[in-house]
This record gives sequence, structure tokens and C-alpha cells, in this order.
Amino acid sequence: MAYCVTERLVASLSGVDAGYGTRQILHGIDFTVHRGQVVAIMGGSGSGKTTLLRLLTGQLRPWSGTVEVLGVRLDQASEAQRYALRRRIGMLFQFGALFTDLDVFENVAFPLREHTRLPEPLIRDLVLLKLEAVGLRGAARLKTSELSGGMARRVALARAIALDPELILYDEPFAGLDPISLATIGTLIRRLNDALGAASVVVTHDVVESLALVDYVYFVSRGHIVAHGTPDAIRNASDPYVRQFVHGEIDGPAPFHYPAPPLAEALMEEI
Amino acid sequence: MINAVARLGQATIDTVVQLGFAARFVIALLRHSGMTFRRVPLLIRDLYFAGVLSILIIVVSGAFVGLVLGLQGYDTLQRFGSETALGGVVALSLLRELGPVVAALLFASRAGSAMTAEIGLMKATEQLDAMDVMAVNPIARVIAPKFWAGVIAMPLLAGIFSAVGILGGWFIGVVVIGVDHGTFWSQMQNAVDFDADVRNGIVKSFVFGVIVTWIAVFQGWSCTPTAEGVSRAITKTVVYGALAVLAADFVLTAFMFIGR
Repeated sequence: MAYCVTERLVASLSGVDAGYGTRQILHGIDFTVHRGQVVAIMGGSGSGKTTLLRLLTGQLRPWSGTVEVLGVRLDQASEAQRYALRRRIGMLFQFGALFTDLDVFENVAFPLREHTRLPEPLIRDLVLLKLEAVGLRGAARLKTSELSGGMARRVALARAIALDPELILYDEPFAGLDPISLATIGTLIRRLNDALGAASVVVTHDVVESLALVDYVYFVSRGHIVAHGTPDAIRNASDPYVRQFVHGEIDGPAPFHYPAPPLAEALMEEI
Repeated sequence: MINAVARLGQATIDTVVQLGFAARFVIALLRHSGMTFRRVPLLIRDLYFAGVLSILIIVVSGAFVGLVLGLQGYDTLQRFGSETALGGVVALSLLRELGPVVAALLFASRAGSAMTAEIGLMKATEQLDAMDVMAVNPIARVIAPKFWAGVIAMPLLAGIFSAVGILGGWFIGVVVIGVDHGTFWSQMQNAVDFDADVRNGIVKSFVFGVIVTWIAVFQGWSCTPTAEGVSRAITKTVVYGALAVLAADFVLTAFMFIGR
């Protein structure tokens, strides 16, 4: 994979605790991503992966620790600084989050219209180039309701890269896709990252596709990073949780049974 | 007993917290309203959805209310031999009370519920989050244009309601029952005072527009982003909107009478 860790640091979290209200989700997170890198954040549902993404976009402030993205300290940034930074970030949401009142073309044109004063012919050319990059130039005038799940994800990807971001974030990009769409999205993530010279962070629990695609993996469990390393290191990791996750074992540190009193006791209970 | 007190206390705290959120929300909304007036197409789009698409229900309802007022008004007035005052009664009822209040109730159920549903669904499908991450403030881009569209549309819809209602009263009184055409209109002209009746009616409908649209956009913005959450928010918009309009009508009417 074409990256070098001595390249510019794009995002880093150091000793980060974070949560919502009084509920702590993340504990002492250390995380880095460099230019050219595609990094996966893996873990089960509710482990804190999406919270980590929200820290990177500045939608959530850490309770403690530092969050630095593209040279901006998000733990100290004002609202204006956070908004200015987000123009340099692209994000693909789990189900695309396309604007349902706009067609495909207008969805991709949205960031360009909001943040630039480019003339209409140039916006048209840029949108068609972005759609060409995801293979959907021919679908430019379709409504969002006419798109399949995979197509919606690709349109959202074209929208996410409309302003040539330096950091691209993906929230569960493979969820609910058929194998062809899944392979397409996987290829696009890698290809677009390398073409734009950006850095990408992929939150996912799709093990096979992700390990084939990414340069580095962080494993999150119950708000802690329990393992990190290259895909090969993760495949051979000795950590029981990572082994269970990578090999898809139904029982292990993440138990099959939700905590409950013994079955015999429950059966003998009087109703 | 202690549990009941605790539940009451919790409900009070929840209500106060919710009111605090609603107040902060409206402050943020006003702070980010600049874009609405700089990018007029956004406002026009929402004016179309909140205002133009509500005209049909307003016209039909206004006509029926006017027809009923014509019948009831004539029936009551003739007992006192005052059927010639029908024009004034119909106009005053509509301009002072029924126009602003009924139009606001209809607006809450048609446009208000549609606003809540649209914002709630945008929240549930992460469209508002996506906008925020794209460095586009969703309050400025989505919420503020809807709010101002509602505030602008409401007095206009109330005006249409009253106008159509008066025509309905005229139809029943003059065309069907046979009250004198000239008397009907001249009585109305004599009875209606611009300041006390028309202007106060406009003030009421403006206030109702602010209240109903604020409730509608806030319920959409703060709803739980699930199918059930959106459906609850829509119900709250209609119920809270209707109650708030009726309560505000009493307060405004009291002040308007004291001021005379």
C-alpha cells in the first residue's frame, strides 16, 4: 500500500475520554492517521466507533485529551473554526444520507454550491467528473428514490469528495450491500484515497473486505482500543476479543448470552 | 405517594428542561436567520410548501365557516329584528377571532405537521448530520427558512380565510336568504374598525404564526430519530400548536380589550 508513516499527520487523538451527558463511551483513546493511509476502526455494535468519528468531525468535544485534525485542535476550536475545518473533510454516512428533495446531480453539487462561487458550467463539469469517478455519470438526473443501496452509497461518496477533501471518513460503508456493490465501494475507497492523496478512516465491522483494503486497523471494545496493527498483525493477533471478531466465533470475550441469572433459576421462578 | 410526588417532580424538571431547549433553539434560529433573507429561493420554496399548498384547505374551510356564520347569524339576528346587521356580525367574527384562530389551527395540522415530519425524517436519515459535517449549518439552511415561511404565510392565510368566509356569509345572507345587498356591505363597512378589528386580527395571526411554526420546527429538530419518534413529534406539533394558539388567543384578546 502506498503510504509512509513519516508523511504528514492528518489526525490524532491523544488520551481522549469522551461520552454523551454523563455516560462515558471512550476511555483513553490514542489514535493517529497519516496522509495516504486508509485506517479501519473495527469493533462490535455500541463499542464507540461512531463516537470516535464524531470526535474527528468536531461534532463532539472530548471530556479530556487532545483531538487534532489537519492542524486544528478540535478540543479547543470555536464553532467557526470547526466549520472551516469541515470543508476539508468528506464523510460518507452509513446509508448515504442523500438529500431526498434533490436529484443525484444536485446532491453532488450541494457542497460546491454552498461553499464556492463557481460558475454554473464549472459546477456541472466538476459534478460530472465526480460522478464519473464513482461510475454513475449516467445516473446524474435520477431521483434518490430511484437508486439502489449501492448506488446511493456511491452518489454519497461522490458528494463526499466534491471539495477534494484531505480527510475522508466512512461510517459503515459496507453495511447492507450485495457482494458486487461491496467490492465496488471497497475499491473506490482505496482508489479515491490514493488519487486525492488524502487520508481515510473507515468505521466498519466487515472483516474480510476491510482487512484486504486498509493499511492499519484499530480495534475498539467497550470504549477502549484493545489492539492495533497492520492487517497481517490483526489476522494473527493473540488478543481473544480480536480473534473472536476476526474469525467470527459466536462465543468468547463477547458472550453469546446477554447477562442473566441461571436458566434453572429462571424456570423455577413463580410467575 | 412518594412515587407519585417523585414522578410529578421529574415531569416538572423534564418540562422545564424542554422549555430551556426550546428557548435556546429559537435563539439559535434567530441568530442564523440571515441566510434566509440573503438566499430568497430557500424562503420561496418553503413559502410554497407552507403557504401555497395550504391555500386549498384554508379556502374550503373559510367558505364553510362563512356559510355557517351566515345561517347562524341570520337566525339569531332575526329574533331581535336586526337581520340587516348580518354583514357586520360575519365580518367582525371572522376578522377578530375565527379567521386568525381557525386558520392557525388548520395551519398547525397541515403545514406544521408537514414541517415536523420533514425535519424529523431528515434527522432520522442523517441528512441534518450530513449537512452539519459538510460545514453547512442545518439551522440556517433548513430550519430558519421554514420558520420565516410559516411566520410570513400565517397572516396571509388568515386574511384569505376571512375574505372567503365573508363571501360565504354574503352568499347565504344575500343570495340565499335575501338580505339586502347594499345593507349587507354598508353594515359591514360601518361595523368594522381598521385599528381595532383588522389590525388586531393581523397581529394575532402573526403571533400564532410564530408560535405554531416554532413548535413545529422544534418538535422536528428535537424528536427521537425513529419512526415512532417522528410520529410522536407530529402529534405533539398538532396538539401543542392548537393548545398554544387557543391560550395565546385568550391572552391577546384580553390585552386588546384592555387597551381599548
